[in-house]
Amino acid sequence: MNVMPAPRAMNSAAESYISISGVSKTFNGRQGEVHALKDINLNIKPGEFVSVLGPSGCGKSTLMMLVSGLLPVSTGRIMVGKKHIDSPNADAGIVFQQDVLLEWRTALQNVMMQAEIRKGDLKQAKERALQLLKMVSLQGFENSYPKELSGGMRQRVSICRALLHHPPLMLMDEPFGALDAMTRDQLQIDLLRLCSDNDMTVLFITHSISEAIFLSDRVVVMSPRPGRIERIIDIDLPRPRRLAMREDTRFIEYTRELTQIFKGLGVFREEY
Amino acid sequence: MSIAAETPVVPKVNLLNRLLAMVPPALWSVIVLVVVWELAVKVAEIPNYVLPAPSAILVEFGAYWHRLLPNAMVTAGEVVFGFLCAVLIGVPLSVFITYSRFMERSIYPLIVASQTVPKVAIAPLLLTWFGYGLAPKIVIVVLLSFFPIVINSVMGLKSASREMIYLARSMGASGWQQFWKFRLPQALPSMFAGFKLATVLSVIGAIVAEFIGADKGLGYLILVAGSSFNITRQFAAIILITIIGIVFFMVIERLERVVIPWRHRGPSETDA
Repeated sequence: MNVMPAPRAMNSAAESYISISGVSKTFNGRQGEVHALKDINLNIKPGEFVSVLGPSGCGKSTLMMLVSGLLPVSTGRIMVGKKHIDSPNADAGIVFQQDVLLEWRTALQNVMMQAEIRKGDLKQAKERALQLLKMVSLQGFENSYPKELSGGMRQRVSICRALLHHPPLMLMDEPFGALDAMTRDQLQIDLLRLCSDNDMTVLFITHSISEAIFLSDRVVVMSPRPGRIERIIDIDLPRPRRLAMREDTRFIEYTRELTQIFKGLGVFREEY
Repeated sequence: MSIAAETPVVPKVNLLNRLLAMVPPALWSVIVLVVVWELAVKVAEIPNYVLPAPSAILVEFGAYWHRLLPNAMVTAGEVVFGFLCAVLIGVPLSVFITYSRFMERSIYPLIVASQTVPKVAIAPLLLTWFGYGLAPKIVIVVLLSFFPIVINSVMGLKSASREMIYLARSMGASGWQQFWKFRLPQALPSMFAGFKLATVLSVIGAIVAEFIGADKGLGYLILVAGSSFNITRQFAAIILITIIGIVFFMVIERLERVVIPWRHRGPSETDA
């Protein structure tokens, strides 16, 4: 098992795709300043799948919003590629917990929105949109409206939308959090296939321990109030990942270890 | 009637069901009302100057058609023109209120105040200012009907979720695109709810305005007929007013189906 403490020094900054250094975020709440994130340092290599795991209120979604550039950092600096992030990063594809599909557009039109706003080659984009929808088994539903689709299908459309413009970076904020367990399993597999086909770096926010282990190369463990990086754990499981690996002894070891960490942080209290 | 529709299948009831299905439910209630009304007047021997029977009103329609129709056209014109003015004022106003906090805080109270003023009370004032022509009617129709338009449009324009706007910005959407491609379509169902309320209020506004001072229109006809105790003619005018209201409402409802077709497509039998 390969466990290391949060790297304070940026020794691997040169080869990293995302570098987050000394980042803090405070919100001005009604009761004064709220420290959502404090002194975050994290480097992510190109092509890496990194999950940020923590209980609610640990600032993990905020961290994703900072990387996307949709929210500004309070202090510190975020680099994605060679770009200093100080405005919305148009290179990223974003998926939220809510699918945020536009009710007035069909599945295909929802995916195409990405291309319409970016004013690319619409014909080429449509081809890719159809291909993406096919990859997540939505052929035949291209012209369905969101209200005609199930929750899992809707979230798949929203993933296709995020992928349309070949983003080198995927930012996903608990994308499967609102889905039932079986749909969730299938979508995790769909996502891993899309990742291997599209050569992307993924920052994946989740509060599910097994989801983080199953998907990731590394799991960043965060603790709340203020949000800090508690630990970073390498997940040394072979790819392609298969559902059966969840019964693998190594998988169970990782689960046990992460559970222990959260117990230590007081996230889980078992006495009753 | 609904009892018959839910009764278990017996051949005789089935026939009744089929008979019921041939005429829209709304028409059935009208038919029942008219029959009961006619019978009640005939059986109780109510004189025409108290409550005319539907048949008497029908005769009045035939005899007085040449005066009823032109006056109905006048009223309908006031209703439609006033309504359109209310839309043209109300929708842009709601955009300003949505986008500007200052506008919201400065204009909103004024709009609410304009609704608490009884229209009947200010109508004589409008007469002094605008005379007996079309203008005071339009002003009163607008005053009555623009309120639900503004309130519902503001609600609709504000209903775009935070995630939706984040998504738009992550695509690089300009403020203009955020409005046209996200906020406005999202607002349409709510806007149409306001329009439909406004159609009804437009009719009320036009009649109130005609009561205060007019030399044509159905409201004017009602006053004139009332002064000569011609109750039958009053009923004929009231029925025409109702028809104007219903037809106008249905036109807007039909328009709604054209503009927002995605709302009326039922969920298909798909399950992922």
